[in-house]
Amino acid sequence: MGGYLALTEADKEAMLKAVGVSSVEGLFADIPEQVRLRRELALPAPASEVEVERELTELAGRNVHTGRELSFLGAGVYDHYVPAIVDAVISRPEFLTAYTPYQPELSQGVLQAIFEYQTVICELTGMEVANASGYDGATVAADACFMAAHATGRRKIAIAEAVNPQVRQVVKTYAPGFGLEVVEVPHAGGVTDPGRFRVEAEGAAAAIFQQPNFFGCLEPAPDLARAASDAGALAVAHVDPLSLGVLEAPGNYGCQIAIGEGQAAGNHLSFGGPHFGFLAAKKELIRRMPGRIVGETTDRRGRRGFVLTFQTREQHIRREKATSNITTNQSLCALAGLVYLSWLGPKGLRELGETCMGLSELVKKKLGLPPAFAAPGFKEIAVRLGRPAEEVVREAKKRGVNPGYPLGRDYAGMEDVLLVAVTEKRSPADIERLSEVLGEVLA
Amino acid sequence: MSNWREEPLIFEKSRPGRSASSLPRYELPRAELPAALARAEAPRLPELAEPDLARHFSALAERNFGVDSGFYPLGSCTMKYNPRLNERLAALPGFADLHPHQSPEDAQGALELCFRLQEALAEIAGLDAVSLQPAAGAQGELTGLMLVRAYFQDRGELETRRKVVVPDTAHGTNPASVTMAGFELQPVKTDARGNLDLDDLRRVVGSDTAALMLTNPSTLGLFEEGITEVARIFHEAGALLYYDGANLNAVCGISRPGDMGFDIVHFNLHKTFSTPHGGGGPGAGPVAVRRELEPFLPAPAIVRRDDGTFALDSERPKSVGRVRGFLGPFGVFVKAYAFIRVYGPALKEMSEAAVLNANYLLARLKDVYELRYDRLCMHEFVLSACKLKREQGISALDVAKRLMDYGIHPPTIYFPLVVPEALMIEPTETESLETLDAFVEAMRRIAAEAAESPELLREAPHDRPVERLDEVGAVKRAIVRYEFGEPEPD
Repeated sequence: MGGYLALTEADKEAMLKAVGVSSVEGLFADIPEQVRLRRELALPAPASEVEVERELTELAGRNVHTGRELSFLGAGVYDHYVPAIVDAVISRPEFLTAYTPYQPELSQGVLQAIFEYQTVICELTGMEVANASGYDGATVAADACFMAAHATGRRKIAIAEAVNPQVRQVVKTYAPGFGLEVVEVPHAGGVTDPGRFRVEAEGAAAAIFQQPNFFGCLEPAPDLARAASDAGALAVAHVDPLSLGVLEAPGNYGCQIAIGEGQAAGNHLSFGGPHFGFLAAKKELIRRMPGRIVGETTDRRGRRGFVLTFQTREQHIRREKATSNITTNQSLCALAGLVYLSWLGPKGLRELGETCMGLSELVKKKLGLPPAFAAPGFKEIAVRLGRPAEEVVREAKKRGVNPGYPLGRDYAGMEDVLLVAVTEKRSPADIERLSEVLGEVLA
Repeated sequence: MSNWREEPLIFEKSRPGRSASSLPRYELPRAELPAALARAEAPRLPELAEPDLARHFSALAERNFGVDSGFYPLGSCTMKYNPRLNERLAALPGFADLHPHQSPEDAQGALELCFRLQEALAEIAGLDAVSLQPAAGAQGELTGLMLVRAYFQDRGELETRRKVVVPDTAHGTNPASVTMAGFELQPVKTDARGNLDLDDLRRVVGSDTAALMLTNPSTLGLFEEGITEVARIFHEAGALLYYDGANLNAVCGISRPGDMGFDIVHFNLHKTFSTPHGGGGPGAGPVAVRRELEPFLPAPAIVRRDDGTFALDSERPKSVGRVRGFLGPFGVFVKAYAFIRVYGPALKEMSEAAVLNANYLLARLKDVYELRYDRLCMHEFVLSACKLKREQGISALDVAKRLMDYGIHPPTIYFPLVVPEALMIEPTETESLETLDAFVEAMRRIAAEAAESPELLREAPHDRPVERLDEVGAVKRAIVRYEFGEPEPD
């Protein structure tokens, strides 16, 4: 560890002298003896850089990553291509090794990037204000509930059962502290019925649905947003950012809040994180929003600059009255999202969306298995296997193909349903191979 | 005046028809999309070719300052060097390209890494069980308070135990977390030595107390001298002690929170264990607890089975539930684990160097800036610019801005709230004596400049892309996204 520490023995001696104590031990005189650790930490002995790299490379080698099997796993996290420019930008030490931009004169780079990110998220979602990011697609749902409860004074949350199970679990974990009651709205044939949604949204602060939903199905989103609004609840859409080149933006069909998981935009799978959650809303909700918001302003020479703004919402000013306790968010992951979406541009985003839809259509055709649901989809399709999906996955994996996610893990009665995800990284030939392997396993 | 040129917004550099993207084109069947769901107008994402994209973000990077740019003594943020090895390791395909729904059998290396990190953190904390799930320090705090809730609910005491005690020196996240967890805040004062006021504490702690939230060393950089008495007061009242790990860098291998009497601890892997902060995240905020609180930890848990393999255990009926997706920010775990492997038991030397660096700066600065609590400090200390304010009208903010002209990132200012004109300075262990001396020199010169040429300070910084910005105007204008003009006619 010597490599990370710069003090020599001579330095230490001179410094102790300046402090006026005779030993390093003497610096800790304020720590009572009974709470001192009088032994070494029981940790493996220090290792050199070479040894650490060897050890972790060995651990990494025991994982079957998407380069080692043909994977159709999705269910919330997707194997989209990450362009080289994304990794190059987020490796810049000025971004990588900076703290939160508390000092704007030294942080114009990050601040401008966040302002651009906020704009991109607003453009994607059809909203007017976005925060600098939340932890992930699940925690931003809890954030949205907290916002809605304060905005409406209501204490109930309605959430569609077709929303990602992890998102629903996190909302339920946060709810007791917020004093909220959570009601789930069952799906009907893979989509949420607007009539039922309307009933459950009655008296709710927020009514949350996902588009495309966890089954890969397209919800009647405008109808759901209307149902929520009719019941006096804020309509909250949880969306896939990469679907918004082909699918309408939630802000354009009556939602007040749009949230989602940003991983698909320029972030590696990384076994589930770090990624970022995005949260955007209509302008009237700005003072209810959690997290950092960057605003444009000027210096005394009239030059444009960017600062953290509306900080009176935040914990370091408002303490127990803050809109959230969040401080560290996912800035670098959101920056990856900005670079990625700028790389795509509007044309690329649309092209990517069409490719995903075309590939799902191809999966449907090639597999020839009965779709579990009739609704059209985007990049995931649920098929019935007629056999336990877990078993089929195990068999297919032996042939080098991970065919998807068994929905029976989260939904009763779906033990034979497999959720197959595609991205532009899966070619028609890959889908051919999937079809062969499933054919063999199911034969 | 500086020579920086403005970097236009990426939207201002955008031209219709340009694109950096390069996507595969397959022969695919057409998919039907109901018209009611189709996007009517394309989002106005930037349109640039890749070279201009590279230059734009390069220009933005140049307008930013990180630990690699220079000294960054931002108090309570532990801005130490971020080893590059750790970036390389987190990018290994076996980690970076591993899908979180991969079956545990095919993710054994990742699960083992998580398990080993849990074991190491438990040892460092002096506690028994760890959950890696929380995404950042603030979420670790909230998770800690959810554990307090679940613990008292299980004992049938949640109705009566409503109060969480938080000292007036605490980070703002502590009181905010108290509210989010559905508790009531009970503040306590700091005494003349900078410790918790034990008399005030005895007065407020009782059968309605759920927990204490404490940072030790405190945000004043002082070790809580009465910590064992503090622990006794809470435990005798049947309450729990929660340790905010923001300042753990002072005491690794020297004094463990569990041995101090804490029941719950959160870590900031992006502080103590060197994972880069990325301009505002990602972080990671694992929590460690005593054995009796283990059943309440977030699910799923990462466990080692009898045959030595690793598995996920979701059968945790008393768990507070899931606090974020999947197992937590795994990429951050890789970096923190690599850091812990490099140091091993020598983490003690890391903390010793951090404390020595801080005490050296304190010794060399306390004659020119005021020190409210004249004690040895731990890994950080808080000076005050009160005298400059009184005599020259120079504020902590002016000192901070002038430091930028010396190529140094300012300390944390105006925090903790109990010290007026506060300058909270944390050098960390990775700085050399020359860097520390340069900082001392700058701080002393600034104090001299305050008397000789105060306008130099009031107008600082002088060579950054912008001068001081109008923050009130930012709220008034409320421009929080780029507003597109009308498209130009063809």
